[in-house]
Amino acid sequence: MLELKNVMVNYGVIPALKSISFKVEEGEIVTLIGANGAGKSTILKAICGLIKLKGGAITYQGDTISGMGAHLIIRRGISQVPEGRGIFANLTVEENLGLGAYVRKDKAEINRNLKVVYDRFPRLFERRKQVGGTLSGGEQQMLAIGRALMAAPKLLLLDEPSMGLAPLVVKEIFKIIKEINQTGTTILLVEQNARMALSVANRGYVMETGQIISHGTARELRDNEDVKKAYLGH
Amino acid sequence: MDVFFQQLVNGLTVGSLYALIALGYTMVYGILKIINFAHGDILMIGTFIGLVLVMNFHLAFVPALLLAMFITALMGILVERLAYRPVRAADKLIALLSALGVSIFLVNFAQLVWGTETHPFPVNISGEPIILGEVHIGTLQIWALGVSLLLMVGLHFFVNHTKMGVAMRATSFNVDYARLMGINVDNIISITFAIGSALAAAAGILIGVYYDAVYPVMGYSAGLKAFTAAVLGGIGSIPGAMLGGLLLGVLENEGAAYLSSGYKDAIAFALLIIILLIKPTGLMGRREQQKV
Repeated sequence: MLELKNVMVNYGVIPALKSISFKVEEGEIVTLIGANGAGKSTILKAICGLIKLKGGAITYQGDTISGMGAHLIIRRGISQVPEGRGIFANLTVEENLGLGAYVRKDKAEINRNLKVVYDRFPRLFERRKQVGGTLSGGEQQMLAIGRALMAAPKLLLLDEPSMGLAPLVVKEIFKIIKEINQTGTTILLVEQNARMALSVANRGYVMETGQIISHGTARELRDNEDVKKAYLGH
Repeated sequence: MDVFFQQLVNGLTVGSLYALIALGYTMVYGILKIINFAHGDILMIGTFIGLVLVMNFHLAFVPALLLAMFITALMGILVERLAYRPVRAADKLIALLSALGVSIFLVNFAQLVWGTETHPFPVNISGEPIILGEVHIGTLQIWALGVSLLLMVGLHFFVNHTKMGVAMRATSFNVDYARLMGINVDNIISITFAIGSALAAAAGILIGVYYDAVYPVMGYSAGLKAFTAAVLGGIGSIPGAMLGGLLLGVLENEGAAYLSSGYKDAIAFALLIIILLIKPTGLMGRREQQKV
């Protein structure tokens, strides 16, 4: 479904991604794990067209999308919950959710979708007239995920959904990620919390300083001694 | 008290025009984080377009106003494409220089075409003045207030209750987040310049008619005052620009009446300095801060 081939990205003269190649197949949950600054978020930005590639190519459903404008990539059914959640703090919950469906035209479908999101996150319904900036961290994450679902994406990119959240909320968020995947959405999950990420993912890639240093099924990575030492804390 | 109320009316009239112009500064700043220093000169060109439509094409006032707004909107889009878009990724200082370049070009262009002299703006405007005791609200004042109020209500509706307006506010919050929603940010920027320029043309024409004077450097003082109003209200905030404009107009006129008319401009700019010292974010500006 999604394939990166030798993708390179520079920030100024500093290479952020050095020849990244990987694949995400339809229906999978794939995770990118690695320390802060490894280049995980940069990959998501590159996929969505927010930053230009220095080399390589990104294909999605057989078409090359690298080099296209972000708004055109989003229109193809890719949705991203960016680092720090990316909600619009100056807009109401309802307006935020509405923007999730910005590229869709089917009014009836959108309203049905909105109901699904409100059913899943009743808290958002209660706060629909409040501006995003007044929500708690967990609620903001729910809003960010709810908004991404409003796009009815085929491929959902999640950037550190666990960041800054209490353990119970993190558990809840990962349960939701799994459910979203079961309804047919392919997921690419970027996480520092490797343990949680590998507990829901089918496969994973381990990143270090702009490179992929190892990959395998979630089980293989969980049992890998190096990964254990570096990312699972024992 | 009559003097007070008369100056209040005068102040609100001028203030509503400041507000219209301030909206252009604030909307562009909200999205691009640059001050469009050519905004006052776009206003001037818009005013001349209105004058030409009335004098040479014999259009009535309202059609001339609307057509001038439309043409100026297109000009605003063009200015952004030619002068700002190519330097968008560069340092903000470059955009500022580019704006000054556009400003110089437009003034010189106007001087070349219409000369350096002041042109009267004669229009046939119908309506009776309103007289409340000693307070006199002239026909032109009613028009200026009415038109600017109507435009501001329209803008408020557009920004808060249309899909495009919400996209515009989203883009002003964070351009990358807006891109991730599938918003074509380039289009939003074009529309922002179009609206700002159209409002400036309307304000310029009303100012031209109100003072019966149109001249190539008229954009400087109008632009500077409106910029002050935008900062006063909180640059980037649309309600702030409206409030800042009205407040500045009223303070200026009351000050002129009770202190001395010579201090009119001094009051405006003293206000700017005070605001920048005490509350740099303005009355309704938000601090750039996010909950993490």
